[in-house]
Amino acid sequence: MLSDQDRIFTNLYGLHAPGLAAAQKRGAWDGTKFLLEMGRDWIIDEMKASGLRGRGGAGFPTGLKWSFMPKKSDGRPHYLVVNADESEPGTCKDREIMRHDPHLLIEGCMLASFAMNAHACYIYIRGEYVAEKHALQRAVDEAYEARLVGQDNLHGYPFDIYVHHGAGAYICGEETALLESLEGKKGMPRLKPPFPANMGLYGCPTTVNNVESIAVAGTILRRGGAWFAGLGGKNNTGTKLFCVSGHVNKPGNVEEELGITFRELIDEHCGGMRGGWDNLLCSIPGGSSVPLVPADQIIDAKMDFDTLRNLGSGLGTAAVIVLDKSTDIVSAIARIAYFYKHESCGQCTPCREGTGWMWRVMLRMAEGRAQRREIDMLLDVTKQIEGHTICALGDAAAWPIQGLIRHFRPEIEKRIDRYSANPHSTPVPMAAE
Amino acid sequence: MTKIVVDGTEVDVPAEYTLLQACEAAGAEIPRFCFHERLSIAGNCRMCLVELKGAPKPVASCAYAVKDCRPGPNGEPPEVLTRSGTTKKAREGVMEFLLINHPLDCPICDQGGHCDLQDQAMAYGVDSTRYGENKRAVEEKYIGPLVRTAMNRCIHCTRCVRFLAEVAGVPDLGAIGRGEDMEITSYLEQAMGSELQGNVADLCPVGALVHKPQSYNVRPWELTKTESVDVMDAVGCAIRVDSRGREVMQIEPRVNEDINEEWISDKTRHAVDGLRVQRLDRPFLRENGRLRPASWGEAFGAIKAKLGAADPTRVGALVGDLAGVEETYALKSLMGALGVRNLDCRQAGEALDPAWGRAAYTFGPTIPGIEEADAILLVGANPRLEASLLNVRIRKRWRMGPLPVGLIGEPVDLTYPHVQLGAGPETLADLAAGNHSFAEVLRAAQKPVVIVGMGAIARPDGAAILAAAAALAKAIGAVRPDWHGFGVLQTAAARVGALDLGFVPGEGGLDVAGMTAPGALDVVFNLGADEVEIAPGAFVIYQGTHGDRGAARADVILPGAAYTEKNATYVNLEGRVQTANRSSFPPGDAREDWAIIRALSDVVGKRLPYDSLTALRRALYADHPHLAAVDAVEPSDAVAAVEALSALGGSPAREPFRTPILDFYLTNPVARASRVLAECSSLARGRALEAAE
Repeated sequence: MLSDQDRIFTNLYGLHAPGLAAAQKRGAWDGTKFLLEMGRDWIIDEMKASGLRGRGGAGFPTGLKWSFMPKKSDGRPHYLVVNADESEPGTCKDREIMRHDPHLLIEGCMLASFAMNAHACYIYIRGEYVAEKHALQRAVDEAYEARLVGQDNLHGYPFDIYVHHGAGAYICGEETALLESLEGKKGMPRLKPPFPANMGLYGCPTTVNNVESIAVAGTILRRGGAWFAGLGGKNNTGTKLFCVSGHVNKPGNVEEELGITFRELIDEHCGGMRGGWDNLLCSIPGGSSVPLVPADQIIDAKMDFDTLRNLGSGLGTAAVIVLDKSTDIVSAIARIAYFYKHESCGQCTPCREGTGWMWRVMLRMAEGRAQRREIDMLLDVTKQIEGHTICALGDAAAWPIQGLIRHFRPEIEKRIDRYSANPHSTPVPMAAE
Repeated sequence: MTKIVVDGTEVDVPAEYTLLQACEAAGAEIPRFCFHERLSIAGNCRMCLVELKGAPKPVASCAYAVKDCRPGPNGEPPEVLTRSGTTKKAREGVMEFLLINHPLDCPICDQGGHCDLQDQAMAYGVDSTRYGENKRAVEEKYIGPLVRTAMNRCIHCTRCVRFLAEVAGVPDLGAIGRGEDMEITSYLEQAMGSELQGNVADLCPVGALVHKPQSYNVRPWELTKTESVDVMDAVGCAIRVDSRGREVMQIEPRVNEDINEEWISDKTRHAVDGLRVQRLDRPFLRENGRLRPASWGEAFGAIKAKLGAADPTRVGALVGDLAGVEETYALKSLMGALGVRNLDCRQAGEALDPAWGRAAYTFGPTIPGIEEADAILLVGANPRLEASLLNVRIRKRWRMGPLPVGLIGEPVDLTYPHVQLGAGPETLADLAAGNHSFAEVLRAAQKPVVIVGMGAIARPDGAAILAAAAALAKAIGAVRPDWHGFGVLQTAAARVGALDLGFVPGEGGLDVAGMTAPGALDVVFNLGADEVEIAPGAFVIYQGTHGDRGAARADVILPGAAYTEKNATYVNLEGRVQTANRSSFPPGDAREDWAIIRALSDVVGKRLPYDSLTALRRALYADHPHLAAVDAVEPSDAVAAVEALSALGGSPAREPFRTPILDFYLTNPVARASRVLAECSSLARGRALEAAE
């Protein structure tokens, strides 16, 4: 369990004021100038030493990502873009940061931008986060007022920060679609390569980071990479915000060490499982896009990147969705399939055509109105989407269904058998929306 | 150069090649839908996925550069597998996804037989469907009179969107909705506002966008295809004339990198229905003020009577916009034999004269040369309407890098940004005097181009303006032995050829204005000149194809052959010699034009010394050797020509330049006979009115 002095987000629950004065009391903006004076390479080395892995879902080492930016500008400006388009179902950690601890984020932006030689930073906020946009904008205004950021600031590094409000599309959380949207175009992912570190926003070198990855940077640098690396396990270091939702007694956000077991996370922070541990059916441990993990495998599993990957799932955004035995798991996954069908941008073929197909089959399977052989066909369709698309949304749409078939095939078969054992009139015709 | 292994074959390709190009270089075929050589890369159809050794997923070969491939662990060249199981599975998967929502209406689809999806489904698809849900239904969209939509068939490759945005330069098509609800549409169902819109139907890999005028009319396998050239403007686009029996069914572009790449304008494509109607299919004679059908003998007899009685100084000959070099040559020979000196081919009275040198009436930089230009000055020219495909090339050049373009003339939308410098000759004088900031731009340019349009020189002071433009070109160094940056933008397909033959007034002869003046002539031989008004009094012999303005004024009508019905030579605005080939025969009693003149020469007792087209061409090539070099541009002494032009001097008037193209869609008799182009014209007029409000 994480001790209180190791917490980074000390105002996660909004018990204190979010304003600058209060944030400074909690430690934000403390010695930022000193950290900047340590130099670019020191910051990047320290971030690498901390072992921080990107908190947006993919878990790519943040320090390494920063080091990909060109060391010297070729005349083009560099940009830092913060991905606050937190749209993954089940995830609500960045929301709390922007509401209650925005200064940690702004300070992180300054440090990260300095490390990458960027003089401008854009924060792209999810369209639905209206209150958060206001909260963050207030904090940015305060920081400008106090000359912590801006062209002529106390730190001596000209730096501007812009808050950009999206229009509410899941796909704009994909980094290149986010850049397109930020440029005023339709939010459709770009082809990679070129990667944003070479050709990003407006064709200039750009790094896109998650809110949480940036917000922890200030504290990591203040307390040292070694401190952060000392928390959690090897390769899975530090603390992480877990967003627990679903059938637990007290769902919520909590900052914990990576590698805490599922059981401890639920018991210590969420008031335990609804109806006791025997009632656990499965969990989706990393936001809706990762495959589910059945109860017996998840219950004592460590919640970190590698363990969950070995379970055939992933930590993702650490949005732990807990499902008890009252859940109609096939319907639940069908609903997730609908989400991906709805949010597919339509650019590339497999995702555009495949997500709708999968959803329609899932809908029938939830009812039982299907053939047993269609289960294998559905699995085959998910494999045809996975890895064949421009961005990862195709994978994200395919994985939940793969997880369902992997672990709950008997449930689907049972349902199909039950349906076909009972006489039905002609099936309800379904319009193609 | 970088080494890469494709299916075991090592090839050496430039590093900036894409995998698709590298695979093609190695002889491997890659299926594709969204990729097109002349459009930006979208990478969205995913049909071109290939396995790249070491990559975790198959990569889209159209978008992945060879230089982005990582070498193997021991420095081996990267390896691409286009026939592996992974590649095959990826292709089959994508094909299945494309087909699940694609309607099974191939039997009634106009694309059938030349459909990429059909062909590739045969090669890369599977034999049965696993999709049991309802197919997607999408409403048809109205996007203009030339392109019919069947949006159920759309596979969202966005070629049409990219073509309009990139090549045509109008933002008229786009996609709305997302996911499987994405639809290609124009804004509020407006017609596309481009003179190149027909090309989107050519680009469409499926039957979602098809040519509306040809709907349900033809199947590709029943057409006879003839390679030819277009005569709707002076660019001379390469076309393929598709005919069924005697009827021309459609005109499609043909690749010619030097001229039109692979696009053609809507006028070129859709003038086809004009070839069927209002045709002159037999000779006519005017009796008691009315034209009556006549036999060839009667018509020739009437001509002989008039010509025999007339004094050669009271006889004249005009050549119109669509005449081939052969008939112009035959007419010139006949007139020469009759001692007639009143010849002219400059219908609008343009200040052009072969005496100033060939470079004084051709487009010096050449069309591919535009891609090298680094500054362009347009003088009284609107290339978008006067030479659409040349405008495409300027836009292409602008997309490659910064290109300052200055325009003197009416403010127009050229599809690329340009500086409106002024309206008339005084701006030209300002530029020459260096009083204008754009003069600096021109002077600083390494390869500047000055383009003089008909709007500037088809007026009484045209020669003075041409001289001023030439002087400016000389002053800014646009004309040097290594760079020819002075171009005249011709608008008529026949003009350069006729000027090459010297079809201009002989010594003491009258020009167009003189010949058409009241009482000037007794007999006028009008070879397809429909844009002139011949004053009453003269006996007019009209030889042409359509019952248009020229025929209405005629006393004798000799029915000729349209450009799809004869083998004829045309010289385009660059001076490039090209041949049009016959795809069908002229209707009724109409004959090839040179043959009519040859027959007439016999009747009037001045028999021309050739009995066949071959013999005619032999004589033609003997007189004008450069016309024998088909598809080539004869180099001409530009420096001398520009020197001669600038020495002309003269002082231009003050009126602003006016474009000679009042209606892009209705510039010649064939186009005016076309119902489709009439509809386009009325739409364009509506848009112009709307814009003016």
